[in-house]
Amino acid sequence: MNTFPWLTALGALPLIGSVLVALLPKSRPRLAKQLALVIALATLAMTIVMALSFNGASTEQFQFVETYQWIPAFGISYSVGIDGIGLVLVALAATLVPVVILAGWHDVDDAASRTTGSVKGYFALILVLETLMIGVFSSIDLFLFYVFFEAMLIPVYFMIGRYGGSQRSYAAVKFLLYSLVGGLLMLAALIGLYVVSANLTGTGTFDYLTLVGLDIDPGTQKVLFLGFFLAFAIKAPLWPFHTWLPDAAAQSKAGTSVLLIGVLDKVGTFGMIRYCLPIFPAASEFYAPVVIGMALIGIFYGAFVALGQRDMKRLFAYSSMSHFGFIALGIFVFTTIGESGSVVYMVAHGLSTAALFLTAGFLMERRGGSSLISDYSGVNKAAPVLAGFFLFAALSSLALPGLVSFVGEFMVLLGAFQKYMFVGALATFGIVITAAYVLRLYQKSMTGPLLPALEGMKDLRGREIAALMPIAVITLVLGLFPAPILNVINPAVDTLMTTIGVTDPPTTLNPSTTSEGTQE
Amino acid sequence: MINASAVVWAEGAPTLQEVMPAEGVFSLIWLLIALPLLGAAVLLLGGRRTNTWGPYLAVFTVTASAILGILMVVGLMDRGAEERSIGQSLFTWVFAGEFEADMAFQLDQLSMVFVLLITVVGALIHVYSLGYMQHDPNRRKFFGYLNLFVAAMLLLVLANNYLLLYVGWEGVGLASYLLIGFWQHKPSAAAAAKKAFIINRVGDVGLSIAIMVIFVTFGSVTFDDVFGQASEVNEGTLTAIGLLLLLAAAGKSAQFPLQAWLLDAMEGPTPVSALIHAATMVTAGVYLIARSNAIYDRAVWAATAVVVVGLITIFMGAIIGSAKDDIKKSLAGSTMSQIGYMVMAAGLGPIGYVFAIFHLLTHGVFKAGLFLGAGSVMHGMNDNVNMRRYGALRAAMLVTFITFMAGYLAIIGIPPFSGFWSKDEIIHAAFERSPIIGSLAILAAGITGFYMTRMVAMTFFGKARWEDDAHPHESPKVMTVPLIILAIGSTFLGMALLFWGNIETWLEPVVGFSTAPSPLSTGAVIAISLTFVIIGSIIGWISYARREVPIVAPRGSLLTRAARADLYGDAVNEGLIVRPSFWLSRLLIWFDGRVVDGLVNGSAALVGGASGRMRRYQSGFARSYALSMVGGTVLVLLALVLVRLS
Repeated sequence: MNTFPWLTALGALPLIGSVLVALLPKSRPRLAKQLALVIALATLAMTIVMALSFNGASTEQFQFVETYQWIPAFGISYSVGIDGIGLVLVALAATLVPVVILAGWHDVDDAASRTTGSVKGYFALILVLETLMIGVFSSIDLFLFYVFFEAMLIPVYFMIGRYGGSQRSYAAVKFLLYSLVGGLLMLAALIGLYVVSANLTGTGTFDYLTLVGLDIDPGTQKVLFLGFFLAFAIKAPLWPFHTWLPDAAAQSKAGTSVLLIGVLDKVGTFGMIRYCLPIFPAASEFYAPVVIGMALIGIFYGAFVALGQRDMKRLFAYSSMSHFGFIALGIFVFTTIGESGSVVYMVAHGLSTAALFLTAGFLMERRGGSSLISDYSGVNKAAPVLAGFFLFAALSSLALPGLVSFVGEFMVLLGAFQKYMFVGALATFGIVITAAYVLRLYQKSMTGPLLPALEGMKDLRGREIAALMPIAVITLVLGLFPAPILNVINPAVDTLMTTIGVTDPPTTLNPSTTSEGTQE
Repeated sequence: MINASAVVWAEGAPTLQEVMPAEGVFSLIWLLIALPLLGAAVLLLGGRRTNTWGPYLAVFTVTASAILGILMVVGLMDRGAEERSIGQSLFTWVFAGEFEADMAFQLDQLSMVFVLLITVVGALIHVYSLGYMQHDPNRRKFFGYLNLFVAAMLLLVLANNYLLLYVGWEGVGLASYLLIGFWQHKPSAAAAAKKAFIINRVGDVGLSIAIMVIFVTFGSVTFDDVFGQASEVNEGTLTAIGLLLLLAAAGKSAQFPLQAWLLDAMEGPTPVSALIHAATMVTAGVYLIARSNAIYDRAVWAATAVVVVGLITIFMGAIIGSAKDDIKKSLAGSTMSQIGYMVMAAGLGPIGYVFAIFHLLTHGVFKAGLFLGAGSVMHGMNDNVNMRRYGALRAAMLVTFITFMAGYLAIIGIPPFSGFWSKDEIIHAAFERSPIIGSLAILAAGITGFYMTRMVAMTFFGKARWEDDAHPHESPKVMTVPLIILAIGSTFLGMALLFWGNIETWLEPVVGFSTAPSPLSTGAVIAISLTFVIIGSIIGWISYARREVPIVAPRGSLLTRAARADLYGDAVNEGLIVRPSFWLSRLLIWFDGRVVDGLVNGSAALVGGASGRMRRYQSGFARSYALSMVGGTVLVLLALVLVRLS
């Protein structure tokens, strides 16, 4: 139906762009930025065209599939394809990259950054990262996925380690060490999975659909599951594997944080949905109580720690940890609403994280980079537009009904409640603490008397508004009209539910007939 | 589950009305909301360009919605009683699995009266604000927020399902947050705004979980699906839903135990207090309960809890209102108390819903008038709110005085003013249920007489206790005309709704209506309650008009001091919730840094051999990493080869 190699082309475009950016002379930083922005916008445009030709009603699980033999001896192929879940996450990445480039226009102009890295280098790294993000969400060969999964670390390592704050080195290494441990665990599990596939089918393979179709015995599943899950739980990150995140967030440029927490970390939760559940359904069910426990602890632990933070960036990091708890909860309750909700939540969290970090970044830039909350007061008076976006970001983070984050959060909670009433009800109390820490931050920094040191602070410039506005608009439009994403996410979730063989608990009245309807 | 379907415990519960398609003027239901929403968008996004004409646009959009609302009520009255529920569906909003919630509206007799209250009182308050906020540098934003509020409130009452109602519910909360904190440079205003939002979030937990229970029970969150099948559900589930919705209502309507935010909310500009924190938003809880009558009519314990919460709040509000010297806070206490009456009435079942809504409408008008009157007084007194520095203002501001008196007579319930009719009906209904509830309602009416007389006496009568720089003067026409209109409403609306509008028959198809034998005749109820009101008023008059009012408040009795401290609502929240939360937060921060992260750093150091090695890693680590990745890949390949060979 569609012979154009959409995904390869989409992934190649920013990679080629990054090479071009890197080839520019160091003396032309402005040109490097402009080129990077054009490439990122072209990638976004291409993503939109691809998304429009995506068929939500297709019976195929993956679309735009391309398969080329890579290492046939070991059943490894370059195999890409995308379902609704992958599509919305690719779209999220493609949306946030140009936003980050535009917002971070002057982020690495300062002397500190230039002693360790060049301006063009930063923007080239962003584009490399975009390629890898597209790759990781569209691989349907597990080996290929693993390669992208690990390769992503390299640009991020440099983005933190070369262009970060004073403790950047510590943060970058911590990030890398954590990821390394996760990666090695996954690698071990991957090898195990290959062996299992070889034993079961005669020929070992990394092909996703083949692996999903295998009937692995539960004991083996329980072992292999752990390898994948721990890698994803570190990436996402879930409690108690989270301590790299606050350091990484505190030491990164705003743009790096957006891509790291907004998109990259979603690979963790995406991996749980894409790999853990369908390949290891029995193990997923076995470990579900533990994961749900971790998710619940994470929701409250992250929120309470955020409540007492003195540093804005660390506050956002802990808040994200709390949000990742919600996402993991939605995934591991095995209900259609919960799974769909967790994907919507991923998109929404990407958007709200971007809004929060970028607005806070603009704010800190105007105060010599300080992220201490006590260094700000009454900003609303000097910079009302900035304060307005800050509030919008805060409301998006606390999942105000009418914004897309509410759709995701409510679906997750409802999905959880449907299966485990008390878990869903308990998790709902998280919304109170979220409101408390978010609004406390707004109150302390934006309201009250203006600090003398902030006198004469400039409000947002056109470029900065241009970066934030698309995020705000998407957050609001999808909140009132989420059909564009639900229409592609829901079929993918239905496939998932069929694959893992779980049906939704019936409602007391009017139980659905769909479960009987499938008998035909 | 055993088939234990709930039975109606109350007589007169309604049957579901058939929903009619939206034709003619009703095809514009969406426009009721869209107009003020558009106004808000233009004002808030348009920037300074809209400074000059923005406020007028805001007045226009609300007025247009009001006119549209009036056309719709005329249209509804033209129809037969069984054709007055109209549905309009725009698109499917949230859907997954078996869940579905539409962007869809339902205009029926109940939402119609709310639409009128919101848009008409809203329009008057918009006009008033043109004068009141004339000199505020941010008045464009103020009007933008007001428009946003009206749009959200209309969405709340027009939604045809609980999830969409939630959007309006939180939308009004947001507008309330923005407007309480409108003067953000004042730390007290910013703190009050945050407090209101967070306490309301506790109520939202109730609403969220209620929606979840509703979905897993009914398989739908649409009102008609839920109410039409309520009889097939067991009473325990309905009781749970009822109690959860009550928690939500308590948050939004400032009822015990979530009442503590309303008094602080008076930090907002006075028109906001009138519109949001007196006439409309705070009555949303009453709407929610009345709307969900099919649930409460089958869950007698949930309904009883509603009565108890209402009764407690009637007294809390009245006692606080009696002790405050700040005119707005005294009025806020009064609002709590009056909403307590409505909530209590709604808990009585079909003998009470109609009168809860009736009192909600009359109160919406007279309390808006009282607040705007208080604003007019403040306007003439350099924004001083301390009634101990008022006195003898009746001559200086005659229009304000007369209109305030109309509101005063209405709220204490003197015939034929509007509050008399609605409160009397509630007290009568309370006696139909139980003499105890009825007697308490009468006692509280006496306290109402006391605190309102105290307010009027301290403000308009007695000796002038003005500060030296005060030059009281009457407010401009743009403010007094809305006062006059509201005063007319305070005087006649009760009679109009009761005798001409037939409020019982009008609302009966939605909320049901019945009467029960009462131990007291109507005449006796009126006589006793009037006696109590007059006694309360006389005590108030003697203490605050006949006697000198000291400029510095005397120490007061134990109860007075407790009431001045909002009956320790804040102290309880602070001690039981806020401070422990921060303790927990500090403990977890310590734990996170020392234990969780400490373990990680420690084990990393162990793996690395020594912390010195760690430091060396930091320099050349990327290379080592790249190497280890390559190494890993080689390992994979090796493993593959081994498997292949075996």
